[in-house]
Amino acid sequence: MRVAVDSEKCQGHNRCYALAPALFEFDEYGYASAVGDGTVPADQEANARLAVANCPEYAIRLEEDPS
Amino acid sequence: MSGNHPPVTDWATDFDHTDPVWAGDPYPIWDELRETCPVAHSDRYGGVWLPTRHEDVSAIAYDTDNFTSQSVVVTEGRPGIPAPQGIAPPISSDPPFHHEARRLLLPAFSPAAVDKLEPFTRDYCESLLDDLEGRDVVDAATDYAQHIPVRVIAQMLGFPPEDADQFRVFVHNTLESVDLPVEKRMENFLALNAYLNEQVADHIENPRDDLTSYLLQAQMDGEPLNTAHVQGSIALLLLAGIDTTWSAIGASLWHLARTPADRERLVAEPELLPVAMEELLRAYAPVTMARLVKEDHEFQGCPMKAGEWVLLSFPAANRDPEAFERADEVVIDREVNRHAAFGLGIHRCAGSNLARMELRVALEAWLDRYPEFSLPDADAVRWSGGQVRGPRVLPLRVA
Repeated sequence: MRVAVDSEKCQGHNRCYALAPALFEFDEYGYASAVGDGTVPADQEANARLAVANCPEYAIRLEEDPS
Repeated sequence: MSGNHPPVTDWATDFDHTDPVWAGDPYPIWDELRETCPVAHSDRYGGVWLPTRHEDVSAIAYDTDNFTSQSVVVTEGRPGIPAPQGIAPPISSDPPFHHEARRLLLPAFSPAAVDKLEPFTRDYCESLLDDLEGRDVVDAATDYAQHIPVRVIAQMLGFPPEDADQFRVFVHNTLESVDLPVEKRMENFLALNAYLNEQVADHIENPRDDLTSYLLQAQMDGEPLNTAHVQGSIALLLLAGIDTTWSAIGASLWHLARTPADRERLVAEPELLPVAMEELLRAYAPVTMARLVKEDHEFQGCPMKAGEWVLLSFPAANRDPEAFERADEVVIDREVNRHAAFGLGIHRCAGSNLARMELRVALEAWLDRYPEFSLPDADAVRWSGGQVRGPRVLPLRVA
């Protein structure tokens, strides 16, 4: 599973960072991006889904691994 | 709640957000409008629209082509400083000016910057609670909540903390007394301006490490900011965070005082507070923004005329059952919560990280000191009217 932040949509609410600090980071202006290449460790999958579901701007994309 | 206007008789065609009925309990009004209207209109204030569905509120928040932010407070008058800068940049600014004006302020309000203010905020909350020792009943609005954001923003701007009472008067005059005649509002505005002039002059003479000195030295496109920009941004920083945050803290304590199950759960599970806080922000979102219609156009079948206001009710959007399950209930552990309490789109509240920190710390300190508290007289509570709604009188029994 991977997460990615659409920088066109992110307005810096920082809900993702609050809910999944291992998966997201923010720049000096407070805009978010995924840590590294966005790969979600297995123990962070629930947090990743929470971050997606709580972004007021629908700015986070979740890519499930092909099963 | 100042009640300078005649009472409202029909909310769909003659609403007024300063009406005491709205201030006391706006939710049934919005719920009914959402089901039957859903975009209300009033001829008051020279024409004002009120969308109540989440979808419509968010569409207008994102549409900076048809709606200008030139003024975000609905009043009888119209703003004197034109877009794209507006009277209090960047909240009053439109693209593309808005983008750079906002970027100047954002680093001071980033999560990292706000973290540094947390110990100061916590110490201040504790000292307020220390001063209340021995009291059986305290006013959570006037003895506690109202002081916290004032002290923090005075610290950030480098303004004298002893001027706190004046700040609250400026806030009340700007954001709550919106139904006063234009002349009276101008008089109030000049008083605020005179105060800011003094503070700016002091910072020009004695530059220091604070936001005021930062703005005085800041540049946009290689040029220093014009005087109206500096003054407008400082006014924004001073005014925008005070009664908004005060309202969020007060409304949260009001809810917990009258809902023992939620209070007990937060005392037992303090780690739930960040989630609970978002639900309280959703359910009791304090801030309604506004836009002006740029050109005549139709929105959702409504003939909007240039120069008419739109009240952008994020609080009503947050109660839309199309957007939230059990929208009219406070679900203290609600996990999925895309609420819009801090707005949507490019004007997302620039101070939202700060407001969240202040709200969390204020609630943590309060719950730690008073694990048990209640609302002895529900009728004694008074709510502010206008675009920032929260308890202004909130007597709570704490012992």
